Amino acid sequence: METVGSAQGPVEVFAASSVPAVPARTVPPRHSVLVRITHWITTLCFFALLLTGAEIVISHPRFYWGETGNVLTKPLFQLHIPSSRKLVPTGYGYVLPDQNGWSRALHFQAAWLAVLTGLLYAISGFFTGHFRKNLLPGKSAFSWRVLWHEITDRLRLKRPSDADASSYNLLQRLSYLLVIFVLFPLVIWTGLALSPAFDSAFPATVTLLGGRQSARTLHFFVSVALVLFLLVHLMMIFLAGFWSRTRAMITGRIDARKEGT
Amino acid sequence: MSNLSRRKLILSGLTATAGVAGLGVAARLAQKYGLVPPDHGGLYGPGETLTYAAQRLLTRHSMAREFSRSQISPRPFPNELAPLTDDFKRLQAGGFADWRLTVDGMVHESASFSLSDLKSYPSRSHITEVVCEEGWSYIAEWIGVPLSHVLNLVGVHPQARYVVYTSTEPDTWDSIDMADALHPQTFLTYGMNGGELPVPHGGPLRMRLPRQIGYKSLKFINRLTVTDDMKKFGKGLGSAAREAGYAWYVGI
Repeated sequence: METVGSAQGPVEVFAASSVPAVPARTVPPRHSVLVRITHWITTLCFFALLLTGAEIVISHPRFYWGETGNVLTKPLFQLHIPSSRKLVPTGYGYVLPDQNGWSRALHFQAAWLAVLTGLLYAISGFFTGHFRKNLLPGKSAFSWRVLWHEITDRLRLKRPSDADASSYNLLQRLSYLLVIFVLFPLVIWTGLALSPAFDSAFPATVTLLGGRQSARTLHFFVSVALVLFLLVHLMMIFLAGFWSRTRAMITGRIDARKEGT
Repeated sequence: MSNLSRRKLILSGLTATAGVAGLGVAARLAQKYGLVPPDHGGLYGPGETLTYAAQRLLTRHSMAREFSRSQISPRPFPNELAPLTDDFKRLQAGGFADWRLTVDGMVHESASFSLSDLKSYPSRSHITEVVCEEGWSYIAEWIGVPLSHVLNLVGVHPQARYVVYTSTEPDTWDSIDMADALHPQTFLTYGMNGGELPVPHGGPLRMRLPRQIGYKSLKFINRLTVTDDMKKFGKGLGSAAREAGYAWYVGI
């Protein structure tokens, strides 16, 4: 049995009269079908891109700034990890197995799927008002004081209020907007800049970033930023109630009674 | 059978037929316009095909970025080299005077060129970046004869679709489509940074394709074969690198 509407707002309720014992949903699902499907496809792609990206970095864990860079030039910085290539000076006495062939193929295939999914999400988000209604903070909703409160609450690992189960709070809205409209476009741009063929058709893709090696270094930093987002995102889900939040993203429904378990 | 279910059956049948026909037409069109790579099958076939098709449509005539002389890397990194074969060392001892490039396959007349033959044709150069799939890069001036010049000399059949190129390194061969083969920046390279092409960089003759990742620019080229069917070569995937798991088309 589902609980009848409580103070937390939209939950499944039974229609009071009419057809008895048939649950009638009086509110739309917490997350639309499109949001749920694109969320999980993106999740899948993100893990594939992360794993294969890490494999590719291992073949040259050195980063440069400007147009060119190789083992004969000074790096901007390097990761102190072993490499899958003999000629990279790492200080380790061994070479890891080469995984670049399938890693590159999966990286690009996952990138295609992620970009097409992202386009579907973005275009439908504009048409359905998803961004306006669910993500953009309303004029009255934005205040630095509220934002500061939410940040300090989260830093003190305070559980989000129950109202957050049915609507995003201000900090969430701003984080999601940052990921969707800044970090994702940036990671796609810096990734495309690494394609010599794409750059031949659109040279500004790479020259605006300050050269090929700058683009590669930025691609790495944006990826790190996305991983940081993922870690905080996961932490918040655990804090708010892993099963209830995950279920909401799978079935679209929230269950106020079980919220927080 | 009721009218309703019959109508449903006919409708769904028509829809399925239209769907299959639509996919068939898309595949036929992609084939016709050369948007399907030889390695379109397998687990990563969809991604490889999307990348190749998209980049072919966007970059058929685009030119790789060229750089100024001041941007040439002072120390170009030649990467790892397999041990040179005895045959290669013999040719090297003779100053590569006996190096031959044979051209065969779908051409009007098979031919064989010495290095001095190739150097007698109008020489071209570009200052472009070598980009390794691992992430590193350098800029150098590359001097050679455009591949299109040599192909025009032997006369390529109109139905030709690929040029297969072979290295003297064991089991090393690759191929490109005609868009890349006839591209003005695709060189048979014999010079670098104003001098001879050093052996570690692929001398005496290297294929150079600045719009693709470095491993496509094979070193030590001694044979070109023009073909309309990649299935006749190796496992039919387009290159030895592809048989080792590395994509055939590497515009990225």
